[in-house]
Amino acid sequence: MSKSPKQPSRKRPKGTEAAAARTASAIAPPDSEESTVSSPRRRFLGRLWLGLGGLAVVEFLWIAIDFLRPRTPLTASQTDIIVAGPVDAFEPSSVTAFQQGKFYLSRLADGGFLALSRECTHLGCTVPWIEEEGRFVCPCHSSSYDHTGEVLQAPAPRPLDLYPVRIENGIVKVDVGSPLRRKSFDRRQVTRL
Amino acid sequence: MAHNTEPGRGTHGRGLASRIVRSIFSGPVYPRDDRERKWVVFNHLILHFRPVRLPQKTLKYTHTWGLGGMSFVLFLLLVVTGIMLMFVYEPSAEGAYESIVRMQQEVFFGKLVRNVHHWSANLLIAIVVLHLLRVYFTGGYRTPREFNWIIGLLLLACVLTSNFTGYLLPWDQLSYWAITISTGMISYVPVMGDWLREVARDGPEIGQATLINFYTLHTTVVPVLLILLMAWHFWRVRRARGVVVPRSAAEPPDDGAHDRPQYALTLPDLLFRESVVALCLIAFILVVSLFFNAPLDEAANPGMSPNPAKAPWYFVGIQELLLHFHPFFAVVVIPLLGITALLAIPYLRYSDDTAGIWFMSHRGRRTAIIAATTALILTPVMIVADEFWLSRTALLPGVPSVVSNGLLPAAVLGAALVGFYRVSQWKWGASRDEAVQASFVLLTVAFLILTATGVWFRGPGMGLDWP
Repeated sequence: MSKSPKQPSRKRPKGTEAAAARTASAIAPPDSEESTVSSPRRRFLGRLWLGLGGLAVVEFLWIAIDFLRPRTPLTASQTDIIVAGPVDAFEPSSVTAFQQGKFYLSRLADGGFLALSRECTHLGCTVPWIEEEGRFVCPCHSSSYDHTGEVLQAPAPRPLDLYPVRIENGIVKVDVGSPLRRKSFDRRQVTRL
Repeated sequence: MAHNTEPGRGTHGRGLASRIVRSIFSGPVYPRDDRERKWVVFNHLILHFRPVRLPQKTLKYTHTWGLGGMSFVLFLLLVVTGIMLMFVYEPSAEGAYESIVRMQQEVFFGKLVRNVHHWSANLLIAIVVLHLLRVYFTGGYRTPREFNWIIGLLLLACVLTSNFTGYLLPWDQLSYWAITISTGMISYVPVMGDWLREVARDGPEIGQATLINFYTLHTTVVPVLLILLMAWHFWRVRRARGVVVPRSAAEPPDDGAHDRPQYALTLPDLLFRESVVALCLIAFILVVSLFFNAPLDEAANPGMSPNPAKAPWYFVGIQELLLHFHPFFAVVVIPLLGITALLAIPYLRYSDDTAGIWFMSHRGRRTAIIAATTALILTPVMIVADEFWLSRTALLPGVPSVVSNGLLPAAVLGAALVGFYRVSQWKWGASRDEAVQASFVLLTVAFLILTATGVWFRGPGMGLDWP
């Protein structure tokens, strides 16, 4: 009666010990090889693998980010020049919208021209020209700008961006390739005849 | 020898049908008693993700409110309806809007499927945030669950990204300008802001390239991330032996040493409860989708911003901050501080083990209510004051607006928060843990009020208005 419960309890540790010894011998090599695990050659190869793996990750990330990078349109230079029209077509102190070029052509009282981006400098909403009030008012956060693009009311942080204006043979042309940022309105920004 | 003369004992005596059933299910198909039920949960491919048994106390509905499970059900609904929508939707700037109009008019139940997708997505954000709050207020982020809180935050980020990228796809005025504004916010990140905005839009402005990027993120990248993170999230719950065990403030921490907790079986106790919640949720979504249509404005017109133009509702709180702070603070500093605080929550040094107790203690509940009331009163007062009376740029002429409209008010509010933290300790006798909790409540309620103000109380030109 007293033997039967004891037998397995005596046997079990033996079995597990043997199993543990077996797995230990499978994992850790015999003594002679143990020293080579930390040998300089092994360490060097281990680091080499790690370095190559890291390089592969960097390469993959590089390629993936390059896929996300915005691409510039192929036909950039041709369509960027917008012919606005003859100088006389624009009254002094008037603002004309150009849907196609996404800008406003503002002619100042002294006859000079400014091409103003229609994109609000706050968050990029399109600002309409309010003729009665004589200013641009953004519908998104009610920033407003005067006819030179200067900020009348915050939160807009800077004046409306400019596009370069050229007058060739009495024809007004606007280069809408890339908008120019400015801190404030300056008379040098105005294009005159 | 007797063995050899009886080949295939299992196959000979049975009919073909029962052999096929047996080849699919090696155990009982319909478990009849607890022993068989345990067997089924343990050996079933899907059910074995669940434990066989769980502490009886965690079954209580008002402990978890079923919010995690509801999020999962909504995710499944979104996957199913999303795949259906993908068969009809055309991800091109010219065809997107028209394909949605056509789907609503011509496809059998097209409108309903779109409605279910829309309402599930929006409800998912609300449920996920409530789940976060539930975990916070029951101390479900304490050891050993710290890292699962972080995984949960990553899941929240994925849910927001998923919603945001989906917002553009209808290509109507609403979506076009909401995404314009939200991506416009990115350009206020210092140094690399403009580059980041260009990457987000895949060009200087929103167009075909943006749509393809958002479509790919929405239908592939984010769902895959969500599935991986959810698997990790659920596995961590299993590793922590289920959700945090609820207890009242008087009870000692439940570490299993005091008395063995009572256990319930997953099948039927947990699974039946989960099914009830899931079915109620699906019924609710269906009813809402029958009566309320997902909004569809006019086709996107890059030449005309609607008035007012608002970000998607879950980002309107940040848009509201933009009305009060310099953009650098509204878009970069304050959100970064908020994210850092959320990430830090499980790793702060807490003095007491209050895991499983709602609001930590009776006093914790009281200070939380005081904090909520304070935020409920002060936030609207400050919004109105800032709108009508306070013009800091006018008060401090010559001071750059980053300081007068950014650093200065942010510093004042930061000092006020520290003051509240101290007062809650001195005046209401809150422990440090409870003071941290009260500050969390204060900031959360303030942000919710900012969001509500932006959604309901901002009219044309973003002026204050009645809804």
